[in-house]
Amino acid sequence: MSAAKEQTRKERRDAILGSLTASIPYIRFLDVEFTRMGDELTGRLNFSDKLIGNPMIPALHGGVVSAFLEITAQTQLTWDLVWPQLEAGGEEEEALLRGEFPRTPKTVNLTIDYLRSGRPRDAYARAIVQKAGRRVANVRVEAWQDNRGRPIAAAHGNFLMPGEGK
Amino acid sequence: MTRIHEDGYEMKAVPHSQELGMRSHKADPAHAIISVAYQDSLIGDPESGVIHGGVVTTVLDNACGLAAMTHPDLKGMVATLDLRVDYMRAAKPGMTLWTECECYRLTRSVAFCRGVAYDETSDDPIATATGAFMITAAKTKFAH
Repeated sequence: MSAAKEQTRKERRDAILGSLTASIPYIRFLDVEFTRMGDELTGRLNFSDKLIGNPMIPALHGGVVSAFLEITAQTQLTWDLVWPQLEAGGEEEEALLRGEFPRTPKTVNLTIDYLRSGRPRDAYARAIVQKAGRRVANVRVEAWQDNRGRPIAAAHGNFLMPGEGK
Repeated sequence: MTRIHEDGYEMKAVPHSQELGMRSHKADPAHAIISVAYQDSLIGDPESGVIHGGVVTTVLDNACGLAAMTHPDLKGMVATLDLRVDYMRAAKPGMTLWTECECYRLTRSVAFCRGVAYDETSDDPIATATGAFMITAAKTKFAH
């Protein structure tokens, strides 16, 4: 395949990822975006004053940090469902370009450890799917700010995969 | 049990709580009741209109923290150490989200809290939460 065609493919995949997250109002409300390296996603929580939970420190609201972790876990799981459709190309990829995405995996539970207070600046997060079962997926996810080695929060959760109901 | 809560007040001291439109309602000491009215901007599933789990977690975190803060024996501030949220069902589109939390045990350094989120009655929960909160620097109001 030519270099130009490869570039077009990358742009299409990034456009699909962008429209996946833009379709969910709450992700826009918090202003979370994703960048992609192949099939691995990194979430970015764009800082704004409305995310502050403690104005005296000041620190991000703990709930915002956990919501960011949950969004990152769910988006990675959805992306893992979307990826084979992208690889298949053709009609499957066309459906994604039309905005026909799998339903978001439902959170069964999420446990968040708050390790450091979130400073008033952007935060990043990456999820690792520990087990991608047919019905349930187990995910670990970590958020950091300036220093990848000093996470501000870590969470693990179980998610019900779409198509299985609840 | 279905409770009729009074209007409550806006939580203006905390920017994100205000942004979500949280209202704090009258509760016993070491307890907290917080509500959030349904808003389109909080939707997590555009197909059904169900609000995102992150909203439920945020309000539960806030209400658990507030329950600890109102504990009569607390001599400090609190910071969330960990929080576990179990989601039983989706919140009903269009309905106000309610949370009720309590601080059921307070030690010298840790406050143990639990709570529930629901839309109609607490017997039919959307989610339950359990959290531990570190007690940090002394609050001047309670300093001896």
